[in-house]
Formats: sequence, structure tokens, C-alpha cells
Amino acid sequence: MSEIVTETEYTVTKKPRKLKVKKQTSLWWMYLPSFAVVFLFILYPFFNGIQLSFTNWNGFSQEYDHVGFDQYKRLFADPTTWLVVKNTLLYGIGSTILQNVLGLLYALLLNQSIKMKAVTRTVIYLPVIISPLIMGYIWYFFFSFQGGALNDALQFFGLEKINVLGNPEFNTWIIVFVNTYQYVGIAMIIYLAGLQSISKDFYEAAQIDGASSLQQFKNITLPLLMPSITINMVLNIIGGLKLFDVIIALTGGGPGNASQSMSTFMYDLYFKRQDAGYAATQGVFMAIIILVISLAALVYFKRKEIEA
Amino acid sequence: MEYLNKKKKHLLTGVSILVLLFHIIPFYIMATTALKAKGDFSSKWVFPKELNFQNFSEAWQTANLGPSFINTLIITGCSAVLLIFFGSMAAYPMARRKTTLNKIFYFVFIAIMIIPPLTALVPLYKMVVNIGMMNTYEVAILNNVAAFMPLTIFLYAGFIRSTIPKELEEAAKIDGASTLGTFFRIVFPLLKPVTASVLIIACVFIWNDYQFAIFFLQDKSMHTVTVSLASFFGQNQNHLNLVAAAAILAMLPMTILFLFLQKYFIAGLSSGSVKG
Repeated sequence: MSEIVTETEYTVTKKPRKLKVKKQTSLWWMYLPSFAVVFLFILYPFFNGIQLSFTNWNGFSQEYDHVGFDQYKRLFADPTTWLVVKNTLLYGIGSTILQNVLGLLYALLLNQSIKMKAVTRTVIYLPVIISPLIMGYIWYFFFSFQGGALNDALQFFGLEKINVLGNPEFNTWIIVFVNTYQYVGIAMIIYLAGLQSISKDFYEAAQIDGASSLQQFKNITLPLLMPSITINMVLNIIGGLKLFDVIIALTGGGPGNASQSMSTFMYDLYFKRQDAGYAATQGVFMAIIILVISLAALVYFKRKEIEA
Repeated sequence: MEYLNKKKKHLLTGVSILVLLFHIIPFYIMATTALKAKGDFSSKWVFPKELNFQNFSEAWQTANLGPSFINTLIITGCSAVLLIFFGSMAAYPMARRKTTLNKIFYFVFIAIMIIPPLTALVPLYKMVVNIGMMNTYEVAILNNVAAFMPLTIFLYAGFIRSTIPKELEEAAKIDGASTLGTFFRIVFPLLKPVTASVLIIACVFIWNDYQFAIFFLQDKSMHTVTVSLASFFGQNQNHLNLVAAAAILAMLPMTILFLFLQKYFIAGLSSGSVKG
């Protein structure tokens, strides 16, 4: 710091005419490089995608026709669209609820002065830094039909083997579970930080008034944790709605389209079924859904925060 | 009262040990799978009779992990440097000069955070093929930079606004320093804490990226760790021991880094998410 000051004194005497500060300019050229990259790799493709969603492009030929709203009609008439939207919402909302409930419980537990607290926190948090694809494989060793750990355990107790990943009834729930397992650590850490910022005075006052632990939780902890709840909710919804890697690793979207999310479905349409125009339409639809739900969640929880 | 508290403490310790065990299960299963010889079909819950490390060397050789580590390292490193350099530079005017233009651009960057870049997969892929950037480091780097730029700007702008005193910059201005000079000589060194957060967030997510990599790095020589692992899994679905060994090798660098720099990882990732 002292270095800067001496340098300042030296130059001031040298160039006194610069003392007059110029009118502020936007300095927009400073964000030009960043904007160029974002424009080229996000905005331009995004608007180009809207245009492609009105075509029947197959993904590789140079020629294609503009087909008006045909792809959109197809999208709304396609039962797979609704299955995939349902799955995506389940991944988004299901893992958000689970991550927040579990994350809060873990934070409350690991905020106590108990043994092995640090180790437990580390183990819960570790999956956050591991690739979701690898996380998918790790759980594949557990759930797979042939030689998976789950079936080993079932057989040990004399029960029937079950094919959880191949079962369209609940393999989506397995994916929700794995996503929760991976990211519950972030929710926990954010709640821990929130808990530690609440002053102990509130609890002491409440204890003097004879409030029970449950009353204290409801009237002090929860309202003061509202900002942490907002962050976790919005973060987890956005993360869950764009789930991709875990699904690829665990079920590949199958059987059939049973566990497909909007991202994996779009990938299949483009790369496996050469249906690029339709994939672009699905992409536009996905962007709209994610935007609407994330913004709704953000506004809803922000409002709650103010009330609290 | 004292006695009850002690009892409660024991109960909670018990619960947390159960939580700990539950969270260790998948790692335990992965380890036993990786350490068993190929013909060993005993239950995954049973610890191997003798430790077999051959799977690791075989997986390392056949899964293309060595070159993939180098590719991933290059992509992650270059992306992080570009993000820090251009992101901090972009955030500066947005934090300091409240002109209409700057407000509009700030809003555009922040709005992009919500939409996942991959909703535009089809046109993006088309564009990358057209400009001949398939299977290059550049495409992976630029995609990742674009994807994480909004968050980077958001973090830097918030930090500059809330913690960097304006007086320093004004003093430098008066001395005749240029805007860029002021920024890189005076402001940038003060951004260390948030730079560390950006570095950690960007490195964790770009290192683990799979989506961009499978679309744009399909050539084997360009595979990243996740892509190599996925194709290795495709070929060895019946040899889960090998896949488990490869998965352990693939997650090792980040895990070791995490165990050493835990404090920074948690602070970095949570500060990013708290503000994001």
C-alpha cells in the first residue's frame, strides 16, 4: 500500500494538468471480448436455434425446407415430449425438495458439537467435486442388475433380484436420488453458513421465554434461514432441470424413453435420429420451460424472504 | 440436565455416524469392485481376499487416460485463465460506471445464467462444424468460457462494488494512469479472494464437463477424461472391475486436490453459489 502512495505523490507533481477528471464513459470496450465469446457461443446459436426450429433440417445435409409451425405442432402432439417434460420436472423439483430437506437436516445435525463432525461433512461434500458422469458409474455398480451391490444384498437375504435401472416405474427416482446424493453437500454447506450467521441471543431470549426447540426452529431458525433457502431452491431447480450426465451413465435415457430428460432427448434426436430441426424445437421449448420455472421460483422465494 | 445433554449428544453422534456410513457406501462398493480380480464374482459388499491392483494398470493403458488427462488439463487451464482475465476486466465497468449501456449489458450477462447453453445445441454444433472448429482445444475452451462468463462477471462485479474502495482508482487516475493500467495494476491484485473462488468453480465444473466434450471432441486424440471413461464403459460393460478402476483413476486428481485444499474448495464453491 505504501508503494502506491509514494508513487502517487511522485506523479502528481509531475503531471498536475491531469487533475481534472474526465466525464465518465461506459468503458464498454472492457467487456467487448467477453461479450464476443458469449454472443458467438450462446446468443447467436440460441437465436439461430429458433430459426432452425421452423425447419426440417436433418443435421448434416446442406439443404432443408422451412416448414412453418410443423415442428411445434409435432412437439405438442408427441407423447414423448410430455413424458420427457414430466421427467425433467421430476428431476428438477424432486431433487430440489430432497436436497433441501436432507441438506437442512444434515446442517442442523452437523452444527452440533459432536464427534466425527468434520469427517462426516467432508464425506458428504466430496461428491460435489466429482464429475456427475463418474457419480453415475459409481451408483451403477450399486444398482446394476448383473452383479450390482443392491442385488447382492437382496440375494443374501433370500429375496428376488430386481432390475431397478431397467424399470420405467422408478428408475427416474433412482436418478433423482443419485443427483441428490451428489449435491446435497452444497445445500448442507449453504445452510451451515446460514445457521452460523444467526445470533445466539435470539435463542437465549427464546429459552428465557420458555419456547420449545420446535418453536425456536419455527420462529427463529426458519425465518432467518430464508435467504439460504432461496439460494438453494433456485440453484437446485436450475441444476436438476438440466440433468444430463447422470442419466447417460445410469440408464442412457431408457428403457425406451422412460428416464429421458429434455437434454438427453434433444441429444438423441440430433445425434441418433438425425432429426435436427425437431431437436432445435425441443431446445427452444426446453429453454422456455427452464426460464419460466427458474424465474417463478426466484420471484416466489424472494417474496417469502421479504415477508420473513 | 447435564446428564440429559450428554445422552442427547451420544444420540446425535450415533445418527451422524449412520449418515457417514450411508454416504460412504458407494465409494466402498467402487473400491471393492476395482480391487477384485476379473473372475472374482463374489458379492460387492465382501472385501476382496487379496488386493488386486492389476485392474488399475490395465485400465490406465486401455482407457486412454494419460492423454485424456493432458487434454483436460489444457482445456481447464486455458479456460480458467481466460475467464479470470476477461471476466474481471468485463466486470469492472459494470460495477463502477452505472450508465444505461452498462446496465443493459450486465442484465444480458446475468439473464444468460439461467438458460443452459445446451438448449442451443443444434445450431451451436452446426456453427462449430461450419467454421471448422470440431475436435480442437479452441472450441472446448471457448464454449466453457462462454458458459461460465456470466457467473464470473457476476462474482467479480459484486466483489468490486462491495469491497474495493473507489479512492484508490481515483488517485491512480489523477496520476494519469490509463483505465487498463489502473485496473490491472491497482484493482486486479485486490481481487484475489474472488479470483480464487472463480478459479475453483471454473476448474471443478470444466474439469468435470461431459456435455460439451462429447459433442465437440469426438476424435479419440482429443478425448477428455470423462469422454474416455464413457467410451471405456461402453466397451467394458461386462468387466465392471476395470470400469471401477478407471473411474477411481479418473476422479483421483480432483479428490486429492480437494482433500488438501478442502477449506478453499468449500469457501469457493459456496461463495459462488451463494451469490449465483
